[in-house]
Amino acid sequence: MDIVVFFVASVCAIASATAVVAQKNPFVSALALLGNLASLAALMLLLEAQFVAAAQIIVYAGAVMVMFLFVIAYVGPRGEIGPGVRKPWLVALSVFAALLIAVEIVVVVMGASLGTVATVDANYGSPAAIGEALVTDYLLAFEVVSVILFMAAVAGVVFGAGGRPVRLSDDQVLAKEGESAVERRREASRAALEAARDSTTGESAR
Amino acid sequence: MSVGIPMFLGVSAILFTIGLIGVLLRRSPLTVLLSLEIMLNSVNLTLVAFSRQVGGSDGQVFALVVMGIAAAEVVVGLGLVVAMTRRSMVLDTDELRTLRG
Repeated sequence: MDIVVFFVASVCAIASATAVVAQKNPFVSALALLGNLASLAALMLLLEAQFVAAAQIIVYAGAVMVMFLFVIAYVGPRGEIGPGVRKPWLVALSVFAALLIAVEIVVVVMGASLGTVATVDANYGSPAAIGEALVTDYLLAFEVVSVILFMAAVAGVVFGAGGRPVRLSDDQVLAKEGESAVERRREASRAALEAARDSTTGESAR
Repeated sequence: MSVGIPMFLGVSAILFTIGLIGVLLRRSPLTVLLSLEIMLNSVNLTLVAFSRQVGGSDGQVFALVVMGIAAAEVVVGLGLVVAMTRRSMVLDTDELRTLRG
């Protein structure tokens, strides 16, 4: 039974990972990554890591992927860039480097004598066991992660809020530069509107 | 436990390679971030597998910490993508080379 679940989950994980890399549309890539995360959670359940598997689904599939999909929807079709035209030697070098690392990992894993797998009790991988380790032995790492997450949230707000200058309202311009500035602004926006209308009618006539 | 730990490590190595190829070859920053997620997750699988091998919970705690760091990395990466979109920059990693010497 275990071996069937393992092979189904592994094939799903590898196929969806390939889809993530090969798809042009980032929306499809993100959905394929969702399948990859679910398959990995199944593999983690086979390793009796129930809490990590649940956290994988909740944190990744629940939170991170929703954020990804929001940004992909915000960016729109501009995000659709395929593998594109690259120098062939660059592609060959990239694939070669990746395969080199894969071979290295396989050689190390094959060469290492892992020995017998430890026997574990029913409590292994439960939220209680993980939680206890998290707030005793690994309290510092736990707190550092929370600080890093807070910094990342602040950075995300700063990045997201920057960029295009804010358009002031008429009242703010009036307070700052007086009546004539407001008139100039209105004139400018009216002229821009006229120009836009002219260009659209011109295009439809053509 | 009928499936050996090396099998999980093999799957993890394959996933890591696929993610690495994605990071190296794709030009859309969104897809690069998605491929990076594959790499981080394959390492998580390795940590959990080795944790099962030695029978301790240390590897699983490590995997949880990696998840937290990955979430932070995604926030910063997506923030950069949103900022690039707002400044009407081209979303292409080949075009973003102002800092290259």
